[in-house]
Order: sequence, then structure tokens, then C-alpha cells
Amino acid sequence: MRELTYKDALNEALFQVMKADERVFCIGEDIGVYGGAFGVTAGLIEEFGEERVVDTPISEAGIAGACVGSAVTGMRPVGEIQFMDFVTISMEQLVLQAAKIRFMFGGKATVPMVLRMPGGSGTGAAAQHSESLENWFVHVPGLKVVMPSSPYDAKGLLLAAIEDDNPVIFIEHKLLYKTKGHVPEEMYTVPLSDTKVVREGRDITVVATSIMVNRALEAAEQLAAEGIEVEIIDPRTLNPLDEEPIIRSVIKTGRALIVHEAVKTGGYGGELVSRIMESEAFDYLDAPIRRLAGLDIPIPYNRTLEYHTVPQIESIVSEVKRIVRGEV
Amino acid sequence: MSISNYPKEQLLTFYRQMVKVREFELRAINERRAGLIPGFIHSCVGQEATAVGACAALNQDDVITSTHRGHGHLVAKGGEPRYMMAELAARQTGYCGGKGGSLHMTDFELGILGANGIVAGGIPMAVGAALAFQMRGEQRVALSFFGDGAVNEGAFHEAANLAGLWKLPMIFFCENNLYGEGTPQDKQAPVKDLSIRAAGYAFPGVIVDGNDVTAVYEATQEAVARARAGEGPTFIEGKTYRYRGHYEGDPMVYRSPEELEAWQERDPIAAFRQRLLEHKFASESEITAVESEIQSLLDEAVEFAAQSPQPTRESALDGVYGDTHEGRVF
Repeated sequence: MRELTYKDALNEALFQVMKADERVFCIGEDIGVYGGAFGVTAGLIEEFGEERVVDTPISEAGIAGACVGSAVTGMRPVGEIQFMDFVTISMEQLVLQAAKIRFMFGGKATVPMVLRMPGGSGTGAAAQHSESLENWFVHVPGLKVVMPSSPYDAKGLLLAAIEDDNPVIFIEHKLLYKTKGHVPEEMYTVPLSDTKVVREGRDITVVATSIMVNRALEAAEQLAAEGIEVEIIDPRTLNPLDEEPIIRSVIKTGRALIVHEAVKTGGYGGELVSRIMESEAFDYLDAPIRRLAGLDIPIPYNRTLEYHTVPQIESIVSEVKRIVRGEV
Repeated sequence: MSISNYPKEQLLTFYRQMVKVREFELRAINERRAGLIPGFIHSCVGQEATAVGACAALNQDDVITSTHRGHGHLVAKGGEPRYMMAELAARQTGYCGGKGGSLHMTDFELGILGANGIVAGGIPMAVGAALAFQMRGEQRVALSFFGDGAVNEGAFHEAANLAGLWKLPMIFFCENNLYGEGTPQDKQAPVKDLSIRAAGYAFPGVIVDGNDVTAVYEATQEAVARARAGEGPTFIEGKTYRYRGHYEGDPMVYRSPEELEAWQERDPIAAFRQRLLEHKFASESEITAVESEIQSLLDEAVEFAAQSPQPTRESALDGVYGDTHEGRVF
């Protein structure tokens, strides 16, 4: 089976879609000769030239605005925000313009843009280069929010995001760029709003996002050795959410744990808990639904402190055991 | 250029458009008082020449971004008063189906990428449109209207830098009416002429009498020619004045009646009317005919809005997302 890294899967998707559709172009900081801070756009400028691989000044509001304006006039831009943290500088164009243009202009305009950005901690980059801000965008109707956890999904979801006529916030994870997995060579899409059951199990449902899917999978292997079978679910698209597979799974297992890296307070886990509680799955619950999430602190620089700020394999293992054993 | 070099029909069109903008605004003010218009509005009475002169220099397929004071831009780019009035009245038949209102009223098909409730919010988008035109080798331009308040926002500076750096076919059109909301310009910026800021981004900044429609038209024409020739953006600062408050209902404690009166003596419409008569471009009866034509148009617009249905409650859910995939290429 053909394997690629998550980074190369994204790169291949961009390469293929730019070949197939001349409306698609990339725009961002250091994405040309430099190849992007994490190498996702490497080699594109050699193939497509600087007209379609547009290096910008350090200008995040400008990048977002250029995406919105070119999208409403017939292009399909793929912007890159170098670190997710810096998207805070783009917020006005994304939240007040891109997200609302279709709605407030009576459904007449479309904004087919994708804004890619790496989020997450684990690189010792401290508080302003390690953010997980996905829920800021989930809270904005009109934006789609996508978080791939595998190389296969990275390619398929990016192609689906580019062909979608809505603005899509596409959140990658820095620690996933080097992970490997099966990626078909041809172009394919993974549909947006299509929640995936990643691993089947009877005892507990773990809903995880981004890199937490991988950590949950490793935790599940350890737990299986102790006789606990974990079902793992990856929403892949956080908004609009395909919630039905989650509800169905909780009805089956009677227990649920939500795992994400972003801080717990106001995080996506709260939304997932509410969706489950408001559904028919409520009657099947054998234990309180729990959230395992980032501590409510900025990401610290010290690697040990950083490590313990966000969920890890061992914390998932112990939390699952506590729930399954009725200790919570 | 002397007014005598203009074709008569073009001068009458300038006049007709300016009267349409003015009278639309006066009707909107009245209809807001009368209750037809439920939301707040920012009127551009006094600023008709900038909207009309600038848009007259554009082609149909050129685009603009507008502002919170955007009714005049929409009229000048070809908007129809009946759909505008219906939108202000929040009706189903309005340009945005009653979901936009004054701050978001637009018709994308006319090349207006939105009125905008955010000061400077349209400028980065105009950069994107100009970038798209440049990439595709099209001869189109993007003109961004904004007020004097917008040049103190970060978004303006990021946009100006990108446009200057890439020599985009773009026009930065500042309608400097001397007040950013309720604060005079000299308390908002350390410079009097805002167009000098263009120098920092390596493109020309020009000042024009914003109450003189032909001066605005000519300055914009020159900027458009530069943009189409690949020479990059131009910043045009039209010095003008708004007669009404920042919004309808604004007590206007921040400026003197004398200042308003001084500007009203230089009224863009009255002055132009006088020029038309003096140069014998139009007779009093021709001008009166234009004025009554506009009154009928607006009578019809108000009637259309008043008779139009309210949007259905279900329609609130439409248009947040679309399910089209125009990007499908395989």
C-alpha cells in the first residue's frame, strides 16, 4: 500500500488540484521558495510560478482579505496562516466578512475559500505558537471547520474543502505532519460533515479530534489488553457536525469520553456533551460523560509542563478506566 | 477638463444620478420616521458627487466595495431604488431578502462586493478582487470606498501595502467628510491630507474636491487608466461633508451649525445645477423634468417597498451555507 506523510498528502492534494483547476491558487507567508514554515507547499512555486503561489508580507488580515475578495470574484484561494495563533489577526475578515457574505447578501454570493493553518502544542513553541482555536470558528455560522487526523483524511478533506463553495477553516496539526499512512495517488474527496468511526468497541465511546484520535487509538490498544474495548469516533468536520454516528455509538456503549487538545472551558467537548445529552442516547448512559481536554492555561514553554497541559495516551487510558470502572 | 468638453447627455446623467442619491436618502429618512424602515441608517446627503463621479469612471464589470454609508454607491453603480427601499423596509423583495438592511445592502451582480458595517472591512476584499483580475489578465479594476476613519485601521494599511507591493489594479477612494463617527479628523489622525499616506506604499495620492462631480470623475478616470495599464493603485481623497449625523438620530453635538452652513453653500448638486444652466447644457425645464422623473421613481420605490411581503420566518435559516460544489474538477 502506498504511504505518504500527512504533510506530503496535503502537498500532493494542492499539486493535483492546482493542475486540474486554474482558479485554485495558494497565498501566504513564506509559501514559495521557502515552501511554507512546515513544508506543506514545497515545490509548488517551481511548478506553478509565483503568480499562483503568492508569497505575502507578514500580513494576516491582508491574506484573509485577499482570499475573501478573490473568492467572490471567481477564484478558489487556498490561504495559509503560518501558525494558527496568527489567525487572530485575520478574524474580522473571516468572522464578519467571509462567514456572513452569503447570508447577509440574501444568498447571492459564494465565498469558496480555504484557509489552512497548523494548530496545536508539542513543539516547545510556547504560548503564542501552540494555540488550538478551533472552537472560535465553530461558534461562527457560515464557516466550516475541518480537522484531519490522518494522511488519508488530510488529502481527501483538503480536496473536499477546496471544491466546497463555503469558506472552510482547515486546521492541521504540527505533530501530525510527519505521521505516515495510506494515501491513494489519485484525487479523491473525503466528504465534509461525515463523522467516522475509526475503531469499533463495545465498552465506551471516545470522541476525539485531530491528534487526539491517534493518541486515543494507542490508548485503545493498551486498554484492549486489559479487556476494555474502546470505540473511537473522529468528527473530522467540527461544523456543520454529522452527529448521528456519535449518538448511535453512545447508545451502543452507554459511556462517552470527549478528548481534545484545546482548553476545556468553552471547548468543543462542551458542544459534544450537549449534543449527546439532548439526544435519545441520554437514556442509555451508564456513566457521566467526561471531557479530557487542555488545561485552562496558555501553553507553557517548558517541555514537561507543556506535555502535561494537554491529553496524552496515558491520561486517556486512565480516564477511560475510571469511567468504565464507575469511579467517576 | 472644462465642463464644455463633456457630452450633454453625460452631464445630465451625472445630475440625474446625484439627485437620485440625494432624494433616495431624503425619502429613506422620512420613511424611517414614518415607520416603514425599522432599522438604523447612515445617510450620505452632501456626499453625492464622490459616489456618482467615481462610479461613472468605472465599467459595468469593475467592482467596488462600499461602506456603512453606502446607499449612494449602490445607486451610482446601478442599484434600483425599489429593491433598495424594500431592503431598508426589511422586505422579502429587497436586495438581500430583508436580511441585510442598510449596512449590507448590495447587488453582487452589479459588481458591488457589499456595503459594509465594519470600518475598513471592504478594503482587504478589494485587494483580493484586484488580485484575481491581475492573475487572470483581465482589464478590470477594484475601487474601494472608505471614509476618513478607515485610514486609521490596520486593515487599510495591510491592504495598501499589498496593493502597492503587487501593483494591483485598485483604487483607494477616501470620502473624507472630516468626521469619523462623532470625532473630528484632527483628533483621529496627525495629518490633514490623508492621501499622503499612499506615499508610504509607493503609489500616488491625489486630493480632489469631493463636491465637484466632474473633478471626481476625472481623477477616478486617471486612476482607472493607471490601474488598467498595470501601473498600480491610486489613493484619491475626495474632500466632502455629510449634512446629516453619523446616523439618523445623531444629536451632532460635535460640530457647529455654521460649519454645516458653510458646506451647504458648496452643495454638490446645487452647484452643478447652476453650472448646467450657466453653460446652457440644460434648460430649467429639462432639469425640472429630471427632478420630477426621480420623484416618480422614488414614489414607486416607496410604494413597492410598502406593498412587499415580509420574509417568511423559515427564510431566516436559508443561506448560511450553500450545498454547491463549483470547485468539483474530478
